[in-house]
Amino acid sequence: MNFIRFIKGSIKIIFRGSVIYYAWVTFLLLLIIWGGFGYSGQLSEGLIKSNMRDSVSWAFYIGNFTFLVGVAAAAIMLVIPAYVYNWKPIKEIVIFGELLAVCAVIMSISFIIVDIGNPLRFWHMLPLVGTMNFPSSMLSWDFFVLITYLLINLIVVIHLLYCIFYKKEYNKSIVLPLVFLSIPMAVSIHTVTAFLYNALPGRPFWNSALLAPRFLASAFCSGPAILLILFQILRKMTKFKIKDEAIFRIAELMVYAMFIYIFFTIAELFKEFYSGTENILYWKYLLFGIGDNKEIIVYSWSSIIMGCIAFVLFLIPGTRKNFATLNIGIVLIYASVYVEKGICLIIPGFTPDVLGQIYVYTPSLTEIRTAVMIFSLGFLLFTFLSKIAIAIIFDNYDIDALNQKKTHKLKLKNY
Amino acid sequence: MKKRNSRRSFLKTLSLATFSALALSGCNMKSLDEFLQLNFKILSKKEKDDIIKNLETKYKEKYRKEFHVSAKPAIEGILFGYALDLSRCVGCRRCVYACVKENNQSREPQIHWIQVLQMEKERGIDFAHSDVHYNPEKVPEKGYFYVPIQCQQCKNPPCVKVCPVKATWQEPDGITVVDYNWCIGCRYCMAACPYGARHFNWGEPNIPVEEINTEMHYLGNRLRMKGVVEKCTFCVQRVREGKYPACVEICPVGARKFGNLLDLNSEVRYILENKRVLILKQELNTQPKFYYFFGI
Repeated sequence: MNFIRFIKGSIKIIFRGSVIYYAWVTFLLLLIIWGGFGYSGQLSEGLIKSNMRDSVSWAFYIGNFTFLVGVAAAAIMLVIPAYVYNWKPIKEIVIFGELLAVCAVIMSISFIIVDIGNPLRFWHMLPLVGTMNFPSSMLSWDFFVLITYLLINLIVVIHLLYCIFYKKEYNKSIVLPLVFLSIPMAVSIHTVTAFLYNALPGRPFWNSALLAPRFLASAFCSGPAILLILFQILRKMTKFKIKDEAIFRIAELMVYAMFIYIFFTIAELFKEFYSGTENILYWKYLLFGIGDNKEIIVYSWSSIIMGCIAFVLFLIPGTRKNFATLNIGIVLIYASVYVEKGICLIIPGFTPDVLGQIYVYTPSLTEIRTAVMIFSLGFLLFTFLSKIAIAIIFDNYDIDALNQKKTHKLKLKNY
Repeated sequence: MKKRNSRRSFLKTLSLATFSALALSGCNMKSLDEFLQLNFKILSKKEKDDIIKNLETKYKEKYRKEFHVSAKPAIEGILFGYALDLSRCVGCRRCVYACVKENNQSREPQIHWIQVLQMEKERGIDFAHSDVHYNPEKVPEKGYFYVPIQCQQCKNPPCVKVCPVKATWQEPDGITVVDYNWCIGCRYCMAACPYGARHFNWGEPNIPVEEINTEMHYLGNRLRMKGVVEKCTFCVQRVREGKYPACVEICPVGARKFGNLLDLNSEVRYILENKRVLILKQELNTQPKFYYFFGI
């Protein structure tokens, strides 16, 4: 009963907001409709509306999935220092990190659903009702860890908000073990996602032990970038208080992640180019194109250039501690990792294909519209959840406030 | 058995919820039954027979022709193997089109289970410099040889290992098959296959009605639907009846040999014994049962 009132109270908050809030929600809804019509075309005619074909059988959708798993995993970036070391300036914002993780996992699962040929048959994968190929298939592992991670984060964040709402002390014996569990889980969702590609010896581009470490490093660049933007918006628009020091500390952690990522990538490039085996073809296609097929190098080099500029901006203390340059760096690193995971990771794995043939892939309009639909849905969900969290944490929206309004209304009625 | 029944009843109760979803796509009770159909591999003989009967009726109503769908299981003591003579193949692609016809592959969008690669004699077997779209007036072209590639029927198939729903498996006679009603279309098997042997129905498959082969096997050449993966089955509908695969029969130069690896007197065994054979990408440890050799 108490929980139902908490949910009802939360839903009420969603409908209350400023003009800017309503404009933002309407904007997202329009994008969802525009993308939704693109996706409905794919639903009726099949994945032929995408530019994927037998040669390049996975592409933009699975790339987005991979990127979003990284964003979800990066939530631990904030959980580790905040919970384990009781790091004061960050503790309040952990809830937002977990909300982001929840939304990112939901979006990543959505990208899998739009990518499969028969989404209605998804239940074949469930244990007991279907025939899940566990533990043999890495995809069944991935599904398992993603669902577990989603549940852990949902339980923790709902419990915390619920307790603040009812002005209770949160249950440490539930929350702390779950948070400690969520740390290895966050590492494992991205590791298992990397293993999904890594464990295919027929695709030499992915068959490198450095793939999983590179995944984790790049996730620690892109995940916190979203949160840094969010915190600045919240600081301006609400009572949300966060010290500059905390923001700069997160930015500092991101520099380490970027450095590790660059180091791993250089190690990978050295091994490939110095050995010069036939497997170098995939890297050549990614960086220089093969023959006249140069369509992909726009993506790879824009990702590299954006990433390098962001690294320099984050590295130099002067530009890291200046909000104008910091924000440019945030946008650049986010875009860089998005293009890297969305296109540059997947496409060279399939080009040239296993029989040496080249099929040039770039995303079709249907794929872009479907991606816009899922991203807008995710942003909408994140907006709603953040709004609820802000009201409960910062605007003293609790059970008393809810009751007062009710009694207030009752009094009005009695009059 | 009991476990399966409870699973089925659980699914029936779930069906109300799923029905609403199906209703949106305009489906009836029959498609609901089809939607709830379990993995073919775990069904009983009777359940399989019912499914086959329904399928034959469905095809008859739709195409006004008699169909025969078989679910004949593997015969004990048989392990199928294939041998292809690289020195004879002229690259005419007759096998490609015989396969398309026999196995009801979609004409538009086009699906070919057999890919013939043209390779330069000076380079030897080199995929990176091969060409699948060669199109001269006459084959064979001077300076080139041809390597037809289809499912290599691995003893250690990576596609089966990665499938998240067990929709594809290796039969006791060594043929890897797909349950088209169970495949969710995730295409993980296509990413895993080192031979490009798996093909996806990106759109609704199309075959002119008069060209449909009505002699079918449930795990082989029956009609596929949009959004599922398909592959070469060594013509399971033919070889389990004692016939040769269509590609073996059509080959004008006799480059294709087929037989039982467990029968020491079979032609394949003769080749293994008396010719030197090679397998593609042996470093991946997929252990194909598809051997290439040089007969001349």
